[in-house]
Amino acid sequence: MNLPRPRPRLDQENTAFWTGGGEGRLNIVHCGDCGEFTHPPRLLCRHCQSENVAPQAVLGTGTIDSFTINHQPWAKGLEVPYVIARVKLDGAPGVYLTTNIVGCPVEAVDFEDRVRVVFEEQDGVFYPLFEKAD
Amino acid sequence: MPSKEAYITGVGQSEVGVRLPRHPLLLTVDAVREALDDAGLTLDQIDGVFTYPGKMAGYTAFSPIASEDLIEVLGIKSKWHMGAMEQPAQLSAIGVAAMAVKQGLCRHVICFRTVYEAGGMADPAQYMAGAKQDTVSGSSQWTSPFWATSAACWTAQYAARHMHRYGLTREQLGQIAINGSRNAMANPRARAITKEELTLEKYMAARMVTTPLCLYDCDRFSDASTVVIVSAEDALDEVSAKPIRIAAMSGSVDRYSWDQVEEFAAYETGADLWKRTDYTTADVDTVQFYDGFAFLPITWLEGLGFCEKGEGGRFIEGGTRIARDGELPLNTFGGQLGAGRLHGFGFAHEAVTQLRGKGGERQIAGDPKVAVATSGGGPMAAALLLTRD
Repeated sequence: MNLPRPRPRLDQENTAFWTGGGEGRLNIVHCGDCGEFTHPPRLLCRHCQSENVAPQAVLGTGTIDSFTINHQPWAKGLEVPYVIARVKLDGAPGVYLTTNIVGCPVEAVDFEDRVRVVFEEQDGVFYPLFEKAD
Repeated sequence: MPSKEAYITGVGQSEVGVRLPRHPLLLTVDAVREALDDAGLTLDQIDGVFTYPGKMAGYTAFSPIASEDLIEVLGIKSKWHMGAMEQPAQLSAIGVAAMAVKQGLCRHVICFRTVYEAGGMADPAQYMAGAKQDTVSGSSQWTSPFWATSAACWTAQYAARHMHRYGLTREQLGQIAINGSRNAMANPRARAITKEELTLEKYMAARMVTTPLCLYDCDRFSDASTVVIVSAEDALDEVSAKPIRIAAMSGSVDRYSWDQVEEFAAYETGADLWKRTDYTTADVDTVQFYDGFAFLPITWLEGLGFCEKGEGGRFIEGGTRIARDGELPLNTFGGQLGAGRLHGFGFAHEAVTQLRGKGGERQIAGDPKVAVATSGGGPMAAALLLTRD
């Protein structure tokens, strides 16, 4: 993908997620009271509504729940095909990330594949992409 | 006075096309005129206007006309109106209209959905000025940065998972588009969208958009307006057409995030519909299921209980069961895949048309009395149970 990625507008809720990769951290909002995770990130826990929440680095590994090989260039010049996947994160029950699987041919991706995060930086935003873990 | 029931008393539709030269306001007025004639009503009897999703500033290709535009230009003395996207999918606008007439706020109301996505794409300065932005925010920030730009990419992952878990095949999935094209060929309003019947061979050879969805599994931008008139029970004596009762409705959103839901909302919305009526799936004569992507009707078949979860692919195998002469005729006007991206309202329009026996060449046999129309996919959905009593 040679085009610059669409850039998220950073705000109070999402900055820890989009910049955590600078320190190698995949940050997901965690509740200090009930222990559950909230994603997309919010300033209160979506499980118990506590405001005692903070971004917490999770393991950065996970499993491919589902994926699609995208062939449609949604923007002019976008290189295809590429894999879009829904990754179930280890250590953060109920949290999934839409991401890309990189570092392997698109045909090599399958359901239940184990994956680990790799960050791609673009102007201070660290995009959490995933590659196969084994 | 509150009204016991709400009825659909008129339906109308403009020309449906791709890059129509006619302005979307005029298309909307065309559809209103047809619906009024259909119901036997005049504009001075209309006292409310409801739409989805309301005029979208900066992206009017998607929704060019406000409820207030119609009130203004048609001289409607409105007692209640609404245009909003924050509702459970497109047909919820008809749901809110039904609530308004049941509450006694209005007697006869116009519900409409106008799309100008084909014409608007061709004239971005006028219809898509806000589409190009430097950053993404809101829910799209969780998908667009990974070039999961379209709902096709999000839906494809759930379709792929259905294949993986339950064995849905492309040959089965293809029956949705094939059935849609066949029905569209019998629908005069679909002429600009479907020019020939789709074969399985052609379907299997089509280029992929995002696996497993190919070109024929995705609806295409169209220009059209569809109108449904909803009336209160105690105002039915003013109507000349056969009224169709909104016997039940349901809608749901669990998570708004497409990628955080375990299942699409069709399952919960489908189950809820039957909790509000004595009718069952066995009573249903035809179904009009949202098919912006071909996978979505499968979730509706399973969610509403026409088959077990995971059995949707086998249910539509070969296409005979869902054909116009099958046991459960599906999307008899062509659906959005065959008749254009009318965005939800086409399903209600067709359900009413079939229940009144006005389908012409595409009319199903057997004096149909009960239909289900649905809209939405992904994390939000709405369903209507429509009956001719």
